[in-house]
Parts: sequence; structure tokens; C-alpha cells
Amino acid sequence: MNQPVRVKTLKIDDRDVSGREDETILEVARQNGIFIPTLCHLEGLTPIGACRLCLVEIKGVSRLLPACVTRVEEGMEVYTQSERLQKYRRMVLELLFSERNHICSVCVVNGHCELQSMAQILGMTHVSVPYRFPRLPVDASHERFVVDHNRCILCTRCVRVCDEIEGAHTWDVMGRGIDSRVITDLNQPWGESETCTSCGKCVNVCPTGALFEKGKPVSDRQKKRQFLPYLTMMREERR
Amino acid sequence: MTPEELRRLAESHEEARPEPRHCIKVCVAAGCLSAGSDRVREALQNEIAQRGLENECEVKGVGCLGLCTAGPLMLVEPDGVMYQRVTEEDAPAIVESLGKKSVEQLVCPSDMSFFTKQYKIVLENSGVIDPEKIEDYIARDGYTALARVLEEMTPQEVIDEITRSGLRGRGGAGYPTGLKWSTVAKAGGSRKFVICNADEGDPGAFMDRSVLESDPHRVLEGMAIAAYAVGASQGFLYVRAEYPLAVKRLRTAIRQAERLGLLGNNICGTTFSFHVDIRLGAGAFVCGEETALIASIEGKRGQPRPRPPYPAEYGLWGYPTLINNVETFANVAPIIRNGGDWFASIGTEKSKGTKVFALAGRVRNTGLIEVPMGITLREIIFDIGGGIPDGHRFKAVQTGGPSGGCIPEQYLDMPVDYDSLAKVGSIMGSGGMIVMDETSCMVDVAKFFMDFCVSESCGKCVPCRVGTAQMYHLLNKITSGEATMEDLALLEELCDMVKYTSLCGLGQTAPNPVLSTLQYFREEYIAHIVDKQCPAGVCQMRQ
Ligand SMILES: Cc1cc2nc3c(=O)[nH]c(=O)nc-3n(C[C@H](O)[C@H](O)[C@H](O)COP(=O)(O)O)c2cc1C
Ligand code: SF4
Ligand code: SF4
Ligand code: SF4
Ligand code: FES
Ligand code: FES
Repeated sequence: MNQPVRVKTLKIDDRDVSGREDETILEVARQNGIFIPTLCHLEGLTPIGACRLCLVEIKGVSRLLPACVTRVEEGMEVYTQSERLQKYRRMVLELLFSERNHICSVCVVNGHCELQSMAQILGMTHVSVPYRFPRLPVDASHERFVVDHNRCILCTRCVRVCDEIEGAHTWDVMGRGIDSRVITDLNQPWGESETCTSCGKCVNVCPTGALFEKGKPVSDRQKKRQFLPYLTMMREERR
Repeated sequence: MTPEELRRLAESHEEARPEPRHCIKVCVAAGCLSAGSDRVREALQNEIAQRGLENECEVKGVGCLGLCTAGPLMLVEPDGVMYQRVTEEDAPAIVESLGKKSVEQLVCPSDMSFFTKQYKIVLENSGVIDPEKIEDYIARDGYTALARVLEEMTPQEVIDEITRSGLRGRGGAGYPTGLKWSTVAKAGGSRKFVICNADEGDPGAFMDRSVLESDPHRVLEGMAIAAYAVGASQGFLYVRAEYPLAVKRLRTAIRQAERLGLLGNNICGTTFSFHVDIRLGAGAFVCGEETALIASIEGKRGQPRPRPPYPAEYGLWGYPTLINNVETFANVAPIIRNGGDWFASIGTEKSKGTKVFALAGRVRNTGLIEVPMGITLREIIFDIGGGIPDGHRFKAVQTGGPSGGCIPEQYLDMPVDYDSLAKVGSIMGSGGMIVMDETSCMVDVAKFFMDFCVSESCGKCVPCRVGTAQMYHLLNKITSGEATMEDLALLEELCDMVKYTSLCGLGQTAPNPVLSTLQYFREEYIAHIVDKQCPAGVCQMRQ
């Protein structure tokens, strides 16, 4: 059991840093105050490398690798801020904005949205691809919560928190490609879900206005994420 | 079972049934079956029965004979005459002609370059043996490689032989097979798996299906040898459910091999055991991607995950896993039988052996072909394929399916190998080859493949999920004459972004058809945008 964990030394943006061999580039970067943007990643949930915002360049590796799932290695030289990466990240955001209906001024989480703040931080000033404006439903059948598919970015944080932390597995993804959609149970209205415990974890981890609580003013729509590291810690201790 | 015993088994099989004087080998692979070859086979059998010739002449179902468009095809032995487009009504004439003059109007000239320019390793038993009889396979030296490996070689020696052969993965990327095997062999742990990737999702491709339908034992033998080499005892064949005939024949083959102790526990009386199971895929293109395929076998949603860790280290249920393509496994037994050096003497410096292609599109002879690496595109298209029909002109050839690209006329004399194809912006891929003449619009071709990627994207990562949809939208705008030069610039930016940021191979290669047509046929894009014209007259323009 008690295998010694090796420590690796590497460079991130020309700074010497060190990390445990089971840590990711993202974790080590954050410990050292180096900012790498993320959307699908949320500490406490299994990383999936889906949004591609956290891509970094590694010297000697031709491919770009996602910092959230890539383990550190001895002697690695990681670059997180090249012009190329910044351009790709802005384009990822533009694609996300174009995919559904992100008109922030009329959105319930305006001002408390991770997609929105990511766009501000990364200097996305406009969307150069046309908006697709799909017609998507809003499901308000749950007594406390609403899912508005028009704001969903398919980060699957809700899916993972419900499965991995709450253990209910109410959420899943249906369909393929651009037609993918999150669903509750077997695509039944959320209000009729027999597995949903109404714990609200999904609502709190959702980075956008896709999942929100009914009847709260915008100013109270701050999402609460602090519980995740705590729950993960509890879980680890039980092992 | 030792090689000696295998030989005796093969001989006893032949003695048990005195070889009839004539044998009509009817292709019963999917292509000819759909053209009614099973009815022809029945008609022939009835005809023979009526004439009381059962001991004189045997009718045998065999695998694909290659020239599928001319099907139903059949081969009459020992005369060596091939008949094409045979119908039930032809049965009396064919039986009548046995040993006499052949039925002139049905003859398919087997001396045409379609047949003579090919080099068959993978397909050597295709159209020769009955895929449902293990004895037929054994009579063609089947399972001797496995028996020899178990009796005389260490796993390391097997890996060395495969490495020496220079075999590269036939599933698309061309990764050195020996290197992959040795990585899995070195991976720790007592449980390991071998997976045969028979998902074959490329539009128009049917190479793997044909191998499985025509010679299933060869794939099983290759898997068993691989399992011995890497130290696995369980294998899975991941076949798409749209291939029911291949699945049926594989099931039969597994049962037969188990009965003879060539699969299962204590193979050939040694301590080596290897079990193979079939897993059906629902037929999503992305499930051919190795990590998605693994998720699918595990019973999860078939979505790729980031690599590293690679399956060789962390695969099925977290155990080290070897994944190879059907054709890759099909090459293994002949390499062991004839030696790695023999295999390495075929092909080019860096691409050894042969490659099976599904030749389609605007050529006279379409079908399944196997050619040595290094053959030129011109030889394939004009000698084997018989050139472009109806007096049209060659324009381009698309290789590699949705991950590949279009190659224009100026490269016709280029050798077909992994690196040359990559150099001109395409890939070998799994072996789809679509020939186009001047009636094809290259923007439309790019749009076709993009459409495929949009509907096959798994939706996990943003660049591929949204990027391909946006690219399709732009291509559609171009083909309907509504695009501007800014749209073209945007399309190129998206190509670059989707290529370099997508999670798996599907997204990473989705822009290739656009990039290669832009590289060689940019003026066609411009004609659509600026002149609002489709030079080939394919696209619908507004005015
Ligand atoms: C989207 C996608 C689809 C693929 N489809 C197939 C397939 O149908 N058959 C196959 O053998 N390999 C396919 N591959 C390649 C496999 O992931 C893998 O590289 C291959 O099976 C390895 O075998 P090889 O080394 O023998 O080529 C696909 C890859 C991608 C990215
Ligand atoms: S979810 Fe975020 S980005 Fe989307 S409209 Fe609402 S505030 Fe804007
Ligand atoms: S509902 Fe929210 S948390 Fe769930 S996938 Fe959509 S954006 Fe992510
Ligand atoms: S590249 Fe496409 S197919 Fe591959 S993971 Fe991303 S969305 Fe899925
Ligand atoms: S945060 Fe790493 S890919 Fe989304
Ligand atoms: S299927 Fe009969 S020749 Fe190919």
C-alpha cells in the first residue's frame, strides 16, 4: 500500500516547479499560481478533458495536451500561454457561444456565469461564427429547479456530480455530436424523476444558467461549490 | 496439437472425402450474396443432383473473389475458369460444360490485370476455402503458425519476428505492430487483453468485413499468436452489428477451433489458454477509436477518453490491452510461417507487405483488391481498376475516408505507402479508395465527408462537436453560392483549430478532406464563391 510517491521536477512557463507523480499539470500550475483556464474541470470530479480550454504545449510533444488530465513528468517543459493556445481558447469559447442561445443580458445567471467570465478573462470580444439558434426546450417540471437546454455547454459536471458524489445517476447525455443533450433518467421530465434526490448538487456545479433554482433573484444565483472538496475528502477518508 | 498432427489432420480430411473431379466455387461473401449467389449455388446443387453427379462435382461456398461488381462470381476448378454475373438460369449450362468447353458468354477473363497485378497475402484464402470449414483452413497450412509458436518460440521471439517483418497497423495510423506488442508484453500485471478492432466505420469500406467473411480463422489465429506474445488469455472481437454474416462465420469458426483445441484452454496441449468472445458494436464510427471501443466493451457510452494513458498500459477495465485491426491480425500467421524477412522483402523501405483496398467510384473494375505497398496509384486505378469509364478524365482519388484526403492527377505515379500518402496530405487509412472524374465537385466531396463527421461526432469535446457543424455550415454556404471570401478564411481557421484541439482522432482528422481539396482544388472553391459557379455542375447555385 504505502508505496513512496515520487516527486517530479518540471518547468511551467519557464518556472521551475515540482509536483507529485500522480498530480496533473493543472494541479501543479494552480499550486504555483499559474492560471490555466478550464470549464469542464471541477475539483472533486473525475476530469474528462472535454472542453479543451486547458490545452497546453509541451516541448518535444507535437500534440497539444489537456492540463486537467495530463500527469506531470520529470523534465517536462510546459507552456500555457502561447499565442496559438490563446487563439484556440478564444475559438473554443466562440464555438460554445454559437452552439446554443447565449444572450447574457436576458440570462438568469448574468454576472455569475463561468462561461461569461471565461470569455472576459480570455479577451473574447466577439463571436466570428454564426449563432446556430437551435430550438431547445426548458424543463421546469421539477418543484425547485429548472433545466434550460439553451444555456447548456455539455460540460457534464452535473452528470458527474450526480453519479460520483450524490450516487443517484439521474443525469446522463443523450444523442451524438451537435444533437447531444443532457437528460434526466431515461429522458423523462426532471419533475418525474424517481432517482433525483433534489439535493441540488447539479445546480450548484453547473457553470452556466442551464441549471438554476426557481424563484431566486439574479443576485442570489451565486453557485456554491465549496462543498465539493469537502465531500471528496470525506469520501477519500472512508476508503 | 503439433504441426505434425495438424498436417495429418489436413491429410485425413482430404482422404475421407475423395476429391471430386470438379469443384464449383461460388462466392458467398456479402457482395455476391446480395446479387443472389446463394440462389445460384442452390440451382447448381439441384442441377448436379438431378444429373446424379454428386460424386463428380462439388459446389462450394467460398469467400470474396474480389471483383464484387461483376458478381455473383464463381470459379470452376480444376479448369480455373471464372464466371461472372451468373444467374440461376445459367446453372444447367455450367454443369453441362464441366470438363468441356466453358460457357463463353459468362467467362470473366482471369488473366486481366485486375487479377494479375494483385499480390495476395491477407486474401490468399479468399475465394479459395469455405469459410465455414476449419478443415479447409487447416488444409491451407492454417494454425501451423500458432502450433509452431507454442512449440518452438518464446513470446519475445514472436515479437522479434513481427518487429523484423516491419508490419504496421492496418487500421489507419500505421503504428509499428511489433512495437505495440512489445509495449503490451512489457506492461505489468497478470491480466491482459487482446482486442480485434472490426468496427470498420469508414463510409464505403468493406475490407475487414470481407476478410472476416472469407477467412475468419486467419484472424483468430493471428489473435491467438498475439495473445501468446503479449501474455493475454482473453480476447474480444469487436464487430459492428451490421455485419451479421461475418459474426455468424466468426461464431462458427470459434466453435470449430475450440473443438480442435486450437482455442480455449491448454491450446495444442500447452499451458497457454486463450478464449475469444465476440462483442457487437452498434455501428458508431467513433467506436472504432480505441478508447471509445474499450468503453463500449465495458458497457459504457462509446466515447473516447484522453490518451495517455494508452490502452497498452491502461486498457479494458484498466488492464494492459493490445488493440489491432482485422487486417493487421490477418498478416500475422503468414509472417510466422514464412518469416519476418520474407514479409519485409515485400513493399517499400518503410511500408512492408501488402494492403487491401476497397476500390470504388469512377473506375471500370470496382471491388476488393490486395496490392504490394509501393505500387503506384496509376497502376491501381488504370491497370487493376481498368481506368475511368465512359470516356471521362481522371480527376482525383480519395483515400483514407473521412480522415483522409483527395490526391490529384499530378501524383498518380506516386508509390502507395504510409509516408508518401501523408506527404501529399492524405493517409492510407483503413483502405477505402474512391476514384473521381471531372463530373465530381471537390467542394461537394469535402462537404460529404464533413457531413459524415458532423453526424458521427460523439459530442464530447467542443472543437469537434461544434466546429464540424460550423464547418459543414460554411461548406454548405459555399456550395449554394452564398459564401464570401471571409467565409473561406473562417473555414480555414476552423480547420486548423479543430485539427489541433480535438480530443480524439475523429475530430483531429475531420478537417483533412477540406484541407486537401483546398490545397489542390482551391480554384473550385473560388469559383463557387466569386463566380457563383460550380465548375463540375454539381452544386445548386442560387441564380
Ligand atoms: C474515429 C476513429 C475510427 C476508427 N475506426 C477504426 C476501425 O473501424 N477499425 C480499425 O481497425 N481501426 C479504427 N481506428 C483506429 C483505431 O483506433 C486503432 O488505432 C487501430 O484499431 C489500431 O490497430 P492497428 O495498429 O492494427 O492499426 C479508428 C480511429 C478513429 C480515431
Ligand atoms: S449561461 Fe452564461 S454565457 Fe450563457 S447566456 Fe447565461 S450568462 Fe451568458
Ligand atoms: S446542465 Fe450545466 S452542468 Fe450539466 S452539462 Fe449542461 S452546462 Fe454542464
Ligand atoms: S473529437 Fe469528436 S468524436 Fe472525438 S471525442 Fe471529441 S467530439 Fe468525440
Ligand atoms: S478543463 Fe481540461 S479539457 Fe476542460
Ligand atoms: S463478394 Fe463476391 S467477389 Fe466480392
